[in-house]
Amino acid sequence: MVFKEKARILDREGIKRAVTRISHEILERNKDPEDLVIIGIRNRGEHLGHRVADFIEKIIGKKVPFGILDITLYRDDLTEVAEQPILKETRIDFDITGKKIVLVDDVLFTGRTIRCAMDQLIDFGRPAAIQLAVLVDRGHRELPIRADYVGKNVPTSLNEVIEVKLEEYDGVDEVVICEKG
Amino acid sequence: MIIKNGYIIDPSNKREGVFDILIKGAKIKEVSKNIKAKDEEIIDAKKKIVIPGLIDMHVHLREPGREDIETVKSATGAAISGGITSICSMPNTRLSIDNSENLELLKGIIKKDAKAFVSIVGAITKGRKGKEIVDMKMMKEKGAIALSDDGDSIQDESVMLDALKKAKENNLLLISHCEDKTISKSGVVNEGIIATKLGLRGIPKKAEYEFVERDIELAKKAKAKLHIAHVSCKESVDMIRKAKRDGVRVSAETAPHYFSLQDECCVTYDTRTKMSPPLRSAEDVEAIKKGLIDGTIDAIASDHAPHGKHEKEIEFDLAAFGIIGLETSLALAIMNLVDPHTKIFGVGVEGKRLSWMRLVELMSANPAKILGLNHKGNLSPGSDADITIIDPEKKWVYTKDSIRSKSKNSPFINWQFKGKVAGVVVGGKIVFSR
Amino acid sequence: MALTKSLYAKKDKMTTKNTVTWTKKDLLGLEYLTKEEIELILDSARSFKEVLARPLRKVPTLRGKTIVNLFYEPSTRTRTSFELAAKRLSADVINMVKESSSIQKGETLIDTARNLEALKIDIIVVRHNCSGAAMMLSRSVNISVVNAGDGWHEHPTQGLLDIFTLREKLKSIKGLNVSIIGDIAHSRVARSNIWGLTKLGANVTVCAPEKLIPAGIEKLGVKVTNDVDEAIKKADAINVLRMQFERDKTGAFPSRIEYFKAFGITEERLKNAKKDIIVMHPGPINRGVEMSAEVADGANSVILEQVTNGIAIRMAVLYLVSTAKKQRR
Repeated sequence: MVFKEKARILDREGIKRAVTRISHEILERNKDPEDLVIIGIRNRGEHLGHRVADFIEKIIGKKVPFGILDITLYRDDLTEVAEQPILKETRIDFDITGKKIVLVDDVLFTGRTIRCAMDQLIDFGRPAAIQLAVLVDRGHRELPIRADYVGKNVPTSLNEVIEVKLEEYDGVDEVVICEKG
Repeated sequence: MIIKNGYIIDPSNKREGVFDILIKGAKIKEVSKNIKAKDEEIIDAKKKIVIPGLIDMHVHLREPGREDIETVKSATGAAISGGITSICSMPNTRLSIDNSENLELLKGIIKKDAKAFVSIVGAITKGRKGKEIVDMKMMKEKGAIALSDDGDSIQDESVMLDALKKAKENNLLLISHCEDKTISKSGVVNEGIIATKLGLRGIPKKAEYEFVERDIELAKKAKAKLHIAHVSCKESVDMIRKAKRDGVRVSAETAPHYFSLQDECCVTYDTRTKMSPPLRSAEDVEAIKKGLIDGTIDAIASDHAPHGKHEKEIEFDLAAFGIIGLETSLALAIMNLVDPHTKIFGVGVEGKRLSWMRLVELMSANPAKILGLNHKGNLSPGSDADITIIDPEKKWVYTKDSIRSKSKNSPFINWQFKGKVAGVVVGGKIVFSR
Repeated sequence: MALTKSLYAKKDKMTTKNTVTWTKKDLLGLEYLTKEEIELILDSARSFKEVLARPLRKVPTLRGKTIVNLFYEPSTRTRTSFELAAKRLSADVINMVKESSSIQKGETLIDTARNLEALKIDIIVVRHNCSGAAMMLSRSVNISVVNAGDGWHEHPTQGLLDIFTLREKLKSIKGLNVSIIGDIAHSRVARSNIWGLTKLGANVTVCAPEKLIPAGIEKLGVKVTNDVDEAIKKADAINVLRMQFERDKTGAFPSRIEYFKAFGITEERLKNAKKDIIVMHPGPINRGVEMSAEVADGANSVILEQVTNGIAIRMAVLYLVSTAKKQRR
């Protein structure tokens, strides 16, 4: 499949502003950051989550526990996915019971990834709450899931693909919208 | 009947070229150029090779006893479609051919059902147990052409010597399947890297050539005739070559799989590559070819060994030894042996080293001589009108559906060949044509 | 998603390692895998080892799949390990333990397999005393077949877990000196280790009494010795095989005492080895035959870690074969 780049939605600055805003909103909503933990979903949610956790640390002057979730083993489409997902480690080195978890991912689309992530988190313990932060919400939900923090809402058609690129992973910070064809 | 304009290859009369053959009744009457027809039936053999019918010295008919996997009728049907007009039936049927009753029984079945000429090889020892020698005089009188215990190779040297002496007295040929079972044990493939990779028990070449050496020595001592069955390895070829040079009355055959396949073919545990003796290494395949070319090996015999699905489509260790071969024997010999320099109608495969003349020797003239079938294996006037007509240009594929044998255990299924049997005459009658 | 994939490949270190996709429906032996496929299993197993460390050691990955452990040879260890691996992946497991001798009496192996396929089983894990049984099964059915040991041929998951354990301890397999000591001729563990280790670039030595060295083994790219001290001297790791005296029908085996004297791994012998040499054994151990109790339970031994790693490897294999991308059947 070939993707044709249609428009750039966010550039480096735009992403930085979105992360900043999301971090502030998280602190606003969770007045007591004591129980707060950030968990990024592989692959790009990991790096976004890391940025959020770093930012919050700067504001409150204290480390926020940070974990990484690989949802592959919880996917409901393993036998159908076009590419065999590459299995990576989940790294959550703390007990999540009683914690307020902010899940971080790059794009919110059907909601299935988030469903997998929540199932998996619940296998790890009993959190007090799970909240969701995403850089882009592109609509087309297939499950009753919504984000608590959104960097940018982008209405899309099913023929389009949102391509999030991050410095740590792709060598550049930008979000582009592409068209299949 | 006149077979007209065929390219005749008849090693016994050293004749090669375009001739007509006149057949009267069951015999050949005349072979010459431009025989004028009166009211005889004419078979046009233009651009075809016409040879004395092929003789396969080593066939397992399975009847009497295992009619579920092969019968005299189905095996001889398969034989003629492969251009074979005479076969030797080996005695290791369920009812062992070691007494007059069973021999007569088989003779009756042959008389009733056989589509080709069948000679009976009787057992050397009772029940092929390698102990008590059969009544050879009776066997000879009842028509056994030779004796062999085949797969139940006689382990006791003194019994073998005794048998050779008695065979000499009765002017009978002994055929020996050379296998020292104290060496081959429960092996299933050739000993070496392939067996090691596969984790299968190996059969050392020594299990064969030690007995080739032993039997040659014993034949020398008894001054008897000895025929060594299905030679598979280099050392055996070397020993037979030396024995012949020393004047021992020994002859030898190999089977098409020993010059067409090698032990590497076993790497997928396909039980159609399991035979006894086992497929050997590339070096052995070359030695077999060399033996065929230089005359050390006298004959090609199929060792046609039918087995049912339940005996073959099981674990390699447990599967039966052997493959069917009547329908592919000639095609494999043409494919793997025939010399490109003796092209007939432009046929001949690159890099092969055997003439068509020599091929007919190996598959017809020599077996006839070894078995003493003086009226077969040649196109002399007065000989039996057993004739095979080959279309050397015809390309074909050996498919499972086309197999005439009751069993389908062939590793050559879906192989492509060039050179196909076009017609077969047995006893002056056309028994097969396509 | 070709574009996205190429981007992943550029930056993510773990991804660059594993651009290979698993396409095989079966795991029959390490001979039939590429270096990349072996590494894919090892890398995946690392993730599954992490699953085993979670508070809830279970993931829903193979929910709804059914796995049959078809064992024609008694083997509590391997069977239990496969069963645990399947259960940790939420698959349903059925154990079928059969007497090999019943094969000839009744149903053939192929019939059994075809029946399992008709029962809508997803994966057959097969242990059989005949070499090639797993390959024969894989040809007869469309469902996945995992070889849990066939005759003397291969025991791929054992080979993989041994290599996984080595890689965990020594980081890379390339250039390692590994000696396999014991009954090489009749050992499927030895063959799987040889294929896997040589593909990943290790220098492999096999060491056994002459009668237990199979013909032509050096053609697999291994050094051969009958001197155990020689085999130990430069080794980074030794894999000591179980001597199955109970199965010896050939008389090729020396007596237990003779064997221990000539080939047994003792603390005394290890004095001449590298200080941190790794000692492996596929179990169950005959203490005082292949190795002394002190060595088996000593600081260099990783035998119990091998057992744990075995579950991770088997989870990885079951996961990969059941999510394999469709290939020609």
